[in-house]
Amino acid sequence: MPRKVMAMAEAIRRFVPDGSTVALGLALEPLIPFAAGHELIRQERRELELVGPISDAMFDQLIGAGCVRQVTAAWVGNVSEGLGHCYRRACEERVPRPLEVRDHSNFSISLALWAAAWNVPSLPTRTLLGSDILRTNSGLVAADGLVHVEAVRPDAAIVHVQRADGMGRAHAWGPMGITEEAGLAADRVIITCEELVDAEVILSDPNRILFPETKVVAVVHEPGGAHPSPVQGFFKRDHAFYREYAEQSRTVDGYQSWLEHWVTRFPDRTTYMTQIDAASLRVSSHRMSVPVDYGYE
Amino acid sequence: MATNSYTPQELMVAVASREIQDGDLVFVGMRLPMLAYAVARNAHAPGARGLFEVGLMRDQPAAAFLGTMGDPPNVAGALWATRMSNVMALMAQGSVDLGFIGGAEVDRFGNLNTSYVGDPAQPKVKLPGSGGGADIAILSRRWVTLMSHESRRLVEKVSFVTSPGYGDGTPHWRKRNGLLGGGPAAIITTMCVFRFPELGGEAFLASVHPGHTVDEVRSETGWDLKVADDLSETPTPTRSELAAIRQFDPEGFWTRSA
Repeated sequence: MPRKVMAMAEAIRRFVPDGSTVALGLALEPLIPFAAGHELIRQERRELELVGPISDAMFDQLIGAGCVRQVTAAWVGNVSEGLGHCYRRACEERVPRPLEVRDHSNFSISLALWAAAWNVPSLPTRTLLGSDILRTNSGLVAADGLVHVEAVRPDAAIVHVQRADGMGRAHAWGPMGITEEAGLAADRVIITCEELVDAEVILSDPNRILFPETKVVAVVHEPGGAHPSPVQGFFKRDHAFYREYAEQSRTVDGYQSWLEHWVTRFPDRTTYMTQIDAASLRVSSHRMSVPVDYGYE
Repeated sequence: MATNSYTPQELMVAVASREIQDGDLVFVGMRLPMLAYAVARNAHAPGARGLFEVGLMRDQPAAAFLGTMGDPPNVAGALWATRMSNVMALMAQGSVDLGFIGGAEVDRFGNLNTSYVGDPAQPKVKLPGSGGGADIAILSRRWVTLMSHESRRLVEKVSFVTSPGYGDGTPHWRKRNGLLGGGPAAIITTMCVFRFPELGGEAFLASVHPGHTVDEVRSETGWDLKVADDLSETPTPTRSELAAIRQFDPEGFWTRSA
């Protein structure tokens, strides 16, 4: 039986090599695997192709660090603050390096991943008719009153969840964005989780399991691994942290000092977590759902 | 802040909230429309439902401040927490009555640009992109956009059509190009409200916000302004609208910053 539980550094080293197409931030604003993104930066990954729906600051950070060759997404910026400054510099000034952009809408990037998940070359849709996005992305082709969305197949999807077991069976709750199609489309899935729990906890509610265990190659127990994004039942969104990042990343120097302060000087996420006010961000008022009954006789 | 005064953003939220009719299924989006939905739901549209592309449907507005649509207060008490493609299915079926879209640039035919200023291959400004904007513009039955009124934003022709309005403005442009939804109903700015003819086409000035003039609107609009025969002054936010806005944005994160 494969050993899937490992530290973040090992998971990234083994499963996300240079040049990978990697999908992350798939539930939009919640559950963004920032700890994994920061490890990609620490390991100086290069030539990555990022895939996502909207990216709330995570893609911007990876782009600024020079890790990224291409972005395939519907929106890249900072959701509560606006523009992504590193994204702008890469597109407008080729700093720190040129960036290729494959534009999508939220609907079309979902369809591109479903197409890959279902192993077909493309899926048709009525969205994007009349949009210039069709002009800049050759993977979106209008014909016969429909737009045919070419499949996008990630090498790896990185997904942060509330809890998982050692085999990579993950429970996540809240809105899922395009998480499911990205995981099914990807060659392999890396799970990062708030809680690493016994299999019996997960298997007590199989409807909530996100992916087949056969897709999951690594499970990283990384509490707080989504900060500053929210995790339902665990962490609130750290709005001030996003604002601070937006302000500091306005200049290259400001971005570099942000990166040094929040990423490169730390060996791992555990050290990072000692530097944030986790107590005030942690959810303290819980709202438990009623358990369901899987009885059969 | 005194209850008889209001910020430009608070007026925009109040105006946007009045676009929501009771019973509407509203594709809410981010920022000011999140507040507009809460205001409408608390006042004239108690039967409205909100959809969020992150994968949520709600009736009651969230009980606490939202920095994004995916924040935990928006999930607790939701009518449906699901995947994005399920929410898009409703829009693709023509079931979304009203959508809101933010825009960086708009032109006189209601086309929005949130992608590139200048040549996409060598952009002067790279904007964040469509998000769900293009989907809403094409598939929802009607939609409204909100933006700061500046001549660099309200332009004769957008350099990139991310989210199509009435295209080149010729009759039936949307139908000819296979767009499912009806198109833009209004552009709500910091100075005024533009509306469109029944069958689409060119925006006209429908109402001017208190404290602003037609000349001022004209000088900050990048096209030859058409003015409605029955031009009016935009009604100010009511006391209860302002109370609701301040309940859902207590720190003024969305409505009192520059």
